Amino acid sequence: MRYREALNSALREEMERDENVLLMGEDIGVFNGAFKVTAGLLEEFGEQRVRDTPISENTIVGMGVGAAMTGLRPVVELMTINFSLLAMDQIVNHAASIRYMFGGQVKVPLVVRMPQGAGHQLGPTHSHSWEALFLHVPGLLVAVPTTAADAKGLLKSAIRDDNPVIFIEHEYLYGQKGEVPEDDDFTVPFGRAAIRREGSDVTIVGISRMALTAARAAKTLSEKHAIEAEVIDPRTLRPLDLDTILESVRKTNRCVIVEEGWPHGGVGANLAALITEQAFDDLDAPIQRVTGADVPMPYSKPLEQLAFPHEPQVIDAVLATFKDR
Amino acid sequence: MAEPVADLTENAGLPEPDVAREWLATMTLIRRFEERAGEMYAKAKVGGFLHLAIGEEATIVGSTRALRDQDYLISTYRSHGHTLARGSDPDRVMAELFGRVDGLCRGRGGSMHMFDLEKRFMGGYGIVGGNLPIAAGFALASDYKALDEATLCQFGDGASNQGTFGETMNLAALWKLPVVFMITNNRFGMGTSLERHSAVTDLLRKGEGFGVPGMRCDGMDVQDTYTVTTEALRIAREERRPVLVEALTYRFRGHSMADPEEYRTKEQVDEWRKRDPLAVFGSALVDAGVLTAEQREAVDTEAIEKVDAAVAFADASPHPSPNELYDDIYVLGDQVRGWYSVDERTSTPHRGEDERGMTENLPGHVEYERAIGSNETPPAETAKPTDDAQRDED
Repeated sequence: MRYREALNSALREEMERDENVLLMGEDIGVFNGAFKVTAGLLEEFGEQRVRDTPISENTIVGMGVGAAMTGLRPVVELMTINFSLLAMDQIVNHAASIRYMFGGQVKVPLVVRMPQGAGHQLGPTHSHSWEALFLHVPGLLVAVPTTAADAKGLLKSAIRDDNPVIFIEHEYLYGQKGEVPEDDDFTVPFGRAAIRREGSDVTIVGISRMALTAARAAKTLSEKHAIEAEVIDPRTLRPLDLDTILESVRKTNRCVIVEEGWPHGGVGANLAALITEQAFDDLDAPIQRVTGADVPMPYSKPLEQLAFPHEPQVIDAVLATFKDR
Repeated sequence: MAEPVADLTENAGLPEPDVAREWLATMTLIRRFEERAGEMYAKAKVGGFLHLAIGEEATIVGSTRALRDQDYLISTYRSHGHTLARGSDPDRVMAELFGRVDGLCRGRGGSMHMFDLEKRFMGGYGIVGGNLPIAAGFALASDYKALDEATLCQFGDGASNQGTFGETMNLAALWKLPVVFMITNNRFGMGTSLERHSAVTDLLRKGEGFGVPGMRCDGMDVQDTYTVTTEALRIAREERRPVLVEALTYRFRGHSMADPEEYRTKEQVDEWRKRDPLAVFGSALVDAGVLTAEQREAVDTEAIEKVDAAVAFADASPHPSPNELYDDIYVLGDQVRGWYSVDERTSTPHRGEDERGMTENLPGHVEYERAIGSNETPPAETAKPTDDAQRDED
């Protein structure tokens, strides 16, 4: 099953399971979704539950907030993560804050889905990777599924959860195939990292698509450099399964963090601080980060390829952690 | 383009005596509450920003009295009056201003963020225009569940310039949602006058291009406001379409307590004060024989007593315990595991419930005590059972 189909089946199953689940977003119905994630759902569930919206991101999310406060479980699709900036007021000032600022009187069981990622020459307003922006915000949960199974299992968990969830998909991953359990009640809990490959020499943490890049680099490192890397995909950034990462680092004594987003204030910056605070004595080398370039995403294909991490950069970073050995 | 709805102003008279007395009592309570809140702000019992609705009482009471119990009301950062009119306990509203644990929001919202779910007062919101999409969301939920509920969304003239205004008008009309949008037009967006902030000053027309018809009421006249809002809610509820109501009113005090009011003349304020909704309505009731002068006085005395009691209650209420700092950021459940957040003051990651026990030996604790300062009220005693405090029961 492809990643997009896995998401589609998660939406279908949760809509069947709970009539309070409804979908809202731009072109999710008649058009079947910009990336076809919602294909067929309008036909199956009708206009009441699958709602094409005008291009009004802040208001769509805000209506999701209001509907979630009053008993529904809305799933809002934003066409790309860049458009989420138009909805940042509703996401940060409202969705994330309402339960806290109103003394716990209401909950906001809202899911906001959006794809991110470079590689399709969509230039500086359609290609970024901003999980760090949402990770920053207390009150939000943040999911970054890499595999088809996780896409399905995490989305089902997100819809069932009572907190606002930022669900970050990846444009490149939509077409990727993977095994997905058949069971209708299959879910993946938030806050459990997946160890994609076991290894004893270095820990590579890969976020979103970069978990795949990390796994490829690990294979090469084993074959060409006799380095056995452990690859960890956190799957969710809030809550974060720091235990699994620390346990791995305590075993390997080296750590490389790979993300597609910008370096300053990024997921890697945050994670490196956490690891340093809690496992400093276990580290044999400084933590290395591999990130997207510190630029808006360029359109030119060669420049774009240069602006997000690939296998060679990950290998270089791993080797750097061994250079003083 | 949406057709304007008929002007109902001509038909306004006095309501039934019992109703009229209750309206006057509520308007008076709001007035006295706001005045006392201002005094408490001057005495530093209330922090942050404080926005008073003195002058706007008729708009508040006339519009909220048009609501049914099951309807939703949502407002702005100037919302003490709205939550009081909806029936919230004045003690708890004042305690929220004082930042105390018995406040409506346990001292986490303050003046700008009142909320009372039980009364379906769905919040004061500090972001201008931020509440409009949320109001449409309530109406969407009512409509989706086929419930006979309507939503009344209050906002100011300044908010009519926000992007959410046009976006929400369009969506509410497109989806035929049972929501009434009420512009409390007090003629200023903070210190910028209506003529200087809006190209269209007939604000009731601003929804027309989005398919939302407009009505206007005299927001200094409680009966007129009631009549127009009632009709607007009827249209929203029965005809399934949103309505925009412009209430013409005026705030007698500054935008907030920190406002030298250099943007308007004393003469203008004095002119509007002649139309003080309490004075006008109270006199009308006496003239019509609904109240004697003594009874009118008694209404005021009762309001003052309630407000005195609210101040005493708020002052006696404890500050929130340090253990509450992390409460209610998340609904913690079995579905979601792991570490939600990392508190910089401790070396360990945690779920919110693990933060209990913060009363001891934390670096922030000295500042916490200092903030309580000379106030003799002790912090709330801690140790709520973790599960009850954190798990969501609703």
